Amino acid sequence: MAENKKWLPRWFYQMASPRWCYEFCGRLLPWFVVAAVLLLGAGTAWALAWAPADYQQGNSFRIIYIHVPAAILAQSCYMLMAVAGAIGLIWKMKVADMVAKSCAPIGATIAVLALATGAIWGKPTWGAWWVWDARLTSMLVLLFLYLGVIALHSAMESENTAAQATSVLALVGLVNIPIIKYSVEWWNTLHQPATFTLTEKPAMPMEMWLPLLVMVIGFYCFFSVSLMLRVRNEILHRERRAGWVRTLLEKA
Amino acid sequence: MNQPLSNPDMPVKQTGMAVLFCAVMKRDLMLAFRRRSDLLNPLIFFLMVASLFPLGISPEPTFLEQLAPGVVWVGALLATLLSMDSLFRSDFDDGTLEQTLLSPQPLFLVVLAKVIAHWAMTGLPLTLMAPLLGLMLFLPTEGMGGLMLSLLIGTPTLSLIGAIGAALTVGLRKGGVLISLLVLPLYIPVLIFGAGAVQAAVTGLPLGGYLALLGAMLALGIALAPLAIAAALRISVSG
Repeated sequence: MAENKKWLPRWFYQMASPRWCYEFCGRLLPWFVVAAVLLLGAGTAWALAWAPADYQQGNSFRIIYIHVPAAILAQSCYMLMAVAGAIGLIWKMKVADMVAKSCAPIGATIAVLALATGAIWGKPTWGAWWVWDARLTSMLVLLFLYLGVIALHSAMESENTAAQATSVLALVGLVNIPIIKYSVEWWNTLHQPATFTLTEKPAMPMEMWLPLLVMVIGFYCFFSVSLMLRVRNEILHRERRAGWVRTLLEKA
Repeated sequence: MNQPLSNPDMPVKQTGMAVLFCAVMKRDLMLAFRRRSDLLNPLIFFLMVASLFPLGISPEPTFLEQLAPGVVWVGALLATLLSMDSLFRSDFDDGTLEQTLLSPQPLFLVVLAKVIAHWAMTGLPLTLMAPLLGLMLFLPTEGMGGLMLSLLIGTPTLSLIGAIGAALTVGLRKGGVLISLLVLPLYIPVLIFGAGAVQAAVTGLPLGGYLALLGAMLALGIALAPLAIAAALRISVSG
C-alpha cells in the first residue's frame, strides 16, 4: 500500500487531517491577511488616483479594477469547488468536503459582485443596466450553478451525503461550464473580449494593466483569507466533539 | 461496477447486457402504460404553457410567429423537467432502487435504459405534439421540420441531464422545486441550439450546424450522464 501512495506528496495526506489543516490555515492566515490588505489598498489607490483615464470611457472605466478580478475569481472559485469535491469523492477526505462547502457561498457572492459591477459599468458604456450578452449570461448561469449547489447542500440533512451529492453536482457543472460558455458566446456577443490574460501581451497600456494585476492578486489573497476562515469554522463545527477542539475552546 | 466487461466470455455477457437493457426498458414502459394519467400530464402541461403566451402577451400572428420557436422549446423543456421527479421516485419508495444498486449488473446500463424509457414516454410524445403547438403559435410551415428534428435530438439530452437532478434529489421528501434549481442552468445550451435550429429553419438558413451541436451534446450526455446518475443514486440511497 505504501508504495502505491508514493505518487502523492505527503502534505496531501496531512491536509486530510482536520486538526493539521486547522493549524496550518491558522499559521498561513496572518500572512494572507497582510497581503490582501496591502495589495487591495495599494491597488485601489493606484487604480483610482494614478492610473490614466480611458480615452473613450473616461473615468467610468475604473470599475474594471473590481469587475475583472471578481469575474476571474468567481470562475476559479467554481473550479476549486469542483476539484475539492472530486478529491472528497475519491479519497473520502472530510477536509476537502469542507473546502467545497465553504467555496459555494463565497463564489456566489463574488459572482453577484461581478454582475453588479458589470451592470453599473454597463449603464454609462452601453446605456443599459443589463444586456443579454454572452459573458453576462454565462456569469449569470455560473451564479445559478452556485445557487443550485447551495440549495442542494441545505436540503440534505446528513453532512456527508450533502457533501457527496454537491460534489457530483459541481462536477457535472464543471463539465457543463465550457459548453455553456461557448453556446452563449455563439448565441450573442456584445461584450469586449477578455481584458486580462497572462499569456498574451496586454491590450491595455502598462500603467492601466499593472494595477489590475495587483487587484487580481489582492482578490485572490482576500479569497484565501475568507476561505480559510470559513474552513476553520467548519472544522471546529464538525469536529466539536473531538478532544483537541474542546481543549482549544476551553483555552479560549 | 463494470466487472462483466472484463470477463473473458464476452459474447455471453454481451447478450446478458442486452437482455438486461431490454428488460429494464420493458419494465419501465409497462409501468408507465399502467399509469396513463402520469403519461398525459406533461403533454397537457406542454399544451397549457404554450397557450398562456398568446393570452399573456398578444394574439397577433406576426408577433407570435417570432416567439414560437422559443416558446415551444421552453414549453418542452419545462414539461420534461416536470416529469423528471417521478423517474426514480416510485422505485425509491418501494425499495426497487436499492435492489437495483445491490445487483451485480452494471448500473450504467440500467440507468441508461430507464432514461431512454422515460424519454420515450415524455420527450418523444412532446416531439410528436410540437407541430400542433407550432400551428397554434403561427410557426411558419418551413419551421416544422426543424422544430421536430431539433426536439427529437434535443429532448433525450434534456432527459439525461434531468435524470442527474432526479437522482440527486430522490432521497429528499421535497425534490420538486430543487430539481429545477439544479437542472435548469444545465439546460441552457440545449435550449439555445434547439431554438436556434428552429429559427434557422424558419428563415431558410441551413440548420445542419445546430443539429450537429445538439447531436454532440446528446453523445456527450449518453457517455457521461449515466455515470453521474449512477453515482448520484448511490449517494442518495446510502445517505
